[in-house]
Order: sequence, then C-alpha cells, then structure tokens
Amino acid sequence: MEILVCVKRVPDTAENEISVNNSGSDIERGDLVYSVNEWDNYAVEEAIQIRDKVGGSVTVVSVGDADSEEVLRREMAMGADKGILLSDGAFAGSDGKGLAAILKSEIAKGKYDLVFTGAQADDGAGQVGGMLAAMLDWPYASLVNRIEVIDDKKLKIGREIAGGNQEINEIDLPCVLSIQTGINEPRYVGIRGIRKVASVEIPVHGASELGLSADSVGKAAAKVSRVDYFVPALGKGAELLEGSIEEKVDKLIEILKSKGGIK
Amino acid sequence: MALQIFAYILHKDGIIDDTALEMVAAAAKIDASASVTAVVVGCNTDAVCSSLTASFKEVWKIDNEALSYPNAEVVRGLLARVIPKGSVVLFAVDPFGMDIGPGLSIRLDGAYVADAVDFEGVEGGNLKAVRQEYSGQVSTHVLCDIAGGAVITIRPGAFKAAEAGSAGGTITDKTADAIAGGLPGGARRYIEVVQAEVGDVDITKSEILVSVGRGIGEQENIEIIRELAKAVGGDVSCSRPIVDAKWLEKSRQVGTSGQTVKPKVYMALGISGSFQHLGGIKGSPFMVAVNKNPKAPIFQVAEIGVVEDLLEFVPMLTEKINDMK
Repeated sequence: MEILVCVKRVPDTAENEISVNNSGSDIERGDLVYSVNEWDNYAVEEAIQIRDKVGGSVTVVSVGDADSEEVLRREMAMGADKGILLSDGAFAGSDGKGLAAILKSEIAKGKYDLVFTGAQADDGAGQVGGMLAAMLDWPYASLVNRIEVIDDKKLKIGREIAGGNQEINEIDLPCVLSIQTGINEPRYVGIRGIRKVASVEIPVHGASELGLSADSVGKAAAKVSRVDYFVPALGKGAELLEGSIEEKVDKLIEILKSKGGIK
Repeated sequence: MALQIFAYILHKDGIIDDTALEMVAAAAKIDASASVTAVVVGCNTDAVCSSLTASFKEVWKIDNEALSYPNAEVVRGLLARVIPKGSVVLFAVDPFGMDIGPGLSIRLDGAYVADAVDFEGVEGGNLKAVRQEYSGQVSTHVLCDIAGGAVITIRPGAFKAAEAGSAGGTITDKTADAIAGGLPGGARRYIEVVQAEVGDVDITKSEILVSVGRGIGEQENIEIIRELAKAVGGDVSCSRPIVDAKWLEKSRQVGTSGQTVKPKVYMALGISGSFQHLGGIKGSPFMVAVNKNPKAPIFQVAEIGVVEDLLEFVPMLTEKINDMK
C-alpha cells in the first residue's frame, strides 16, 4: 500500500497562549513553539501501522516554507519512508482550494493508494482532505477513527459521529481519509530518531515542478482570505476569584457549598 | 438576481434538528433579501418537510429508501446535480457537514468557509464571516468571494434560532431530478452505526461533575481529580484529549463526540472550553473553571474562574474540603 500523509506545521496550542498582535494583522508569533499538527501525527502513525502490516511505503508531504522541513523530519523519525516539501513563493496566500490543488499535483506525480490528512488543525478549517478527494474524484471519508484493510481494493473504516457512536463504511481504494485523534497512540520520537534522519534529503517541489500556473494557486486564486484577527467580545465572563491561592480555595469552597457543589 | 441560499436540514426520526431554524437566522445575516430554500434528504420525510414550511418559503425534498442513512458521498453527488451553481449552501458543523461540505464546494466550483459563527453582510460580492481559531482563543474576519457561490458550515448554537414563522412555504419534490442517472457515491458504502460502549459510571445522570482536560499534563495526575470528585461527592468526567490519550474511558467524555451531560455543578479543570466540549453540557449548570491560561475560552462561559495551575490548586482544595468533614 502506497500511502501519502499530508502534514502541517502549526503553533502548538498546548504549549502556547495565543494572542493577537497590536495591529490585528496576525497572532503574536515571536515566542511561539511550533510542532506538527496533532491530528496529522495520528494520521502518520496510522499510515506506519498499515504499512507495517501489509507492506508498501509512507510518504509525508507538507505545503509550507523551509521551516516545514523540521516537521517532515519529525514524521520521518517516527517511521515515514520519504518526505516531500511543496514550497514556492507563489503558494503564499492560498486558500483551502489552492492547497488542495497543490497537493493534487503532487499526488498526480506518484501512484498512491491512500491519502491521509488530519481531520482538522487549530488554525485551519478541516477542508483540504475533502477538496482533494473531490478534485481527484476519489471517495472520501472524514473523522476516521478506525481502519481495517480488507484487501488491496478496499478498506473497512469507522467514522466518529455524535454521541461517541461510530459509523462503519466500506470504501474503495484509492481514497482520501481525514484522520481523527484517538485512532491510535502515536509513538514517541526521541532526539536519536530525529538525528538518524537529519541528513536524509527532502526534495522540494515548486509550482513549475508541479506544473501549476501561478494564477491557479496563491493569493490571486484565493476566494477566501483572512482579513484580520481580533479578540472576541466577551459575554458576561466568569467572576475571577482574587487573592492568594489559599484565599481562592476558601472562597471557592464557600461558593460550591452554596450551589450544591459539595455533597 | 437575488442570491439563492440553500439550507441543508438535519433531521432524525422525523424531528428537525435545532440548527434548522438557526440557519434561517444565519441566512438572513448573509443577505436578508436572499431566497432561502430548505433541503431535506432522507426517507419518509413528509412530516419533516411540512414542519419546515412555516419557516422556509421553499422546501426541497429528495426522498428515497436508499437515503434513509445520509451517506455524504451519495448526498454530495445528488446535491451537485440539483443545486444551481452560484448558490450559497449552508450546513451545520457536525460529522455530516464536515464530510460533505469541502468536496461539494469543489463540485459546485464555489468558495468554502468552515465553522462560521457570525456574518457581517456582503460587500462588493464578498461575504464577511467571523470564524474562530486556536480553540476560540482568537477570532478572525474572513472575506469570501461568493460571486461564484459558496458552501458554508455554521456552528451550532452560534446563530439565535428564528421563531417558527408563517412563511407558508411550498414543498417541491426534487427526487427524480436528483436520482436521474442512478445513485452516485457507490465507492463508499454505509454498513452500520456502532453504538458507544456504556461505561461503569453514567455521567449523564451525575449532579456534580469534576471534569478534567489537557491541563492535567500527565496520566498519574488524574488521581488528584479522582480525589476531588470523591471529596465533593461527584463523578469524574473529561474532555476529548484525555480520552484520546486513553487516560480515561470514552464513556466519561463530555462533548458533541461524547456524552451530553446536565449536572447542577460542573467543574472544568484544565479544560480550555472548545465549542465541541461545551456542546455536551446542557441545562445551564453552575460552572467553575480552573485554568492557568487567563485567556482560555472557558472563562467566557463559567460563572466562577480561578486562574491557577490546577496541579497546585486542586490538591489544596481537596484537602481543605476533607478537613471540614
């Protein structure tokens, strides 16, 4: 099974508080810690597990600038066989459709049976997988939390739906799946693993290698663009308890007692 | 020509979802002069269609035995056949809307905006929408060129449902047009829905929930949450990352992809407060939030907030409560 996993470098929200810069043009990026999008990490783990069971290879691909290379290397350290960086000044300002078009051109150069994306990203819209599938005219399923390879023609998959229930489908290959967190337990990547892949060459493909005209991607082609960032107007908001931590403990106990929060 | 908006109606067992009337409000915010059509896909949908005529001038029905479970691959193909290009199509953000939406925008050659929480009108062919990023820590304005149509998913609960009016809508059966040429989407076949496992504790019946999120940091720290729950006489619940990490069982997860709870008191400990999590809390409980990030969205909805590290605060709280007993 030849599997391609689309990954993205994002600010790590577990490590950062996200705030808006003074002009509202962007978030404050100065001190941000970046990592691979959490959902994508589950997708790479799933791809590795499938490859280890049925054979084949796992390729990780990212659309981004040179910094995205570290994310590809991290996923290669996990066990992906190859990395490809799709990078070009002409890609800047692409909307979801533009990103899907870039990825589609790379997919057309290979011979993939299965393409994964993360189900969403903290700074994204959960859109690229579904768009990509429609452009390729491949079947698609989102929020996938279970995969069973039936044979080289089809998979049995579970999708997460409301209430913790699971929708089971059979889907033909090739297909695009967006992977939900919790599908597996992504393996730990140590510094030694990263070192091992530090010198592996990662090819960089730009618009010309992909046969993309400048007006089909990037800002010019984008129908959707972000205008600004702002802090949402708060509702009433919580009453924040003041004082020392001991005082807060005492105040909270009084409040809980009065509201039936302590039996 | 006036903008045409189509609202895809979620329904189950003959009852329309709350989001149906929220879409009426959302459509009016996009363009109050637009013609708005409800789209109902399913099997034996007459009652659903009739109930929508009070709120929509037009109701489209696509009704067939094969559509009793809405497989997005099938429905996307059907809608692409009947919805005119240049239209705006609305879905609710849910596992179906996320499945069908992005691909439909490609099929209709329109723009796509995911998870809109507000609209600020159309100017020069561009719709201004409000979205949230980073689990609601920041909001953004997004401009969407709708001249060639668009698919937009709207967040449940973000738009105040319109009152059921007296639109006196007409029902049009589009089944023949949609299904002419056979059912599309055969490459993905629906098999069944597997119901969630029932856990040892039914958190949907708990009066006091002590709920833990990513802020707990490590699996062994869950113990301090158990001890607090014991001290206050409540049950332990959690947000999604805790279940993903397999630190607690799925039956304890609160949220749209987990359980819907209605306690009297809800303590959110190290939970940022994503809308998917909050979507699982009903009945307006008294909510207390403890989080070291003062910008955590949970503080917008909680009554009482404590900005502290829960690893320090929770054991102190537990000890003090136990001392009183």
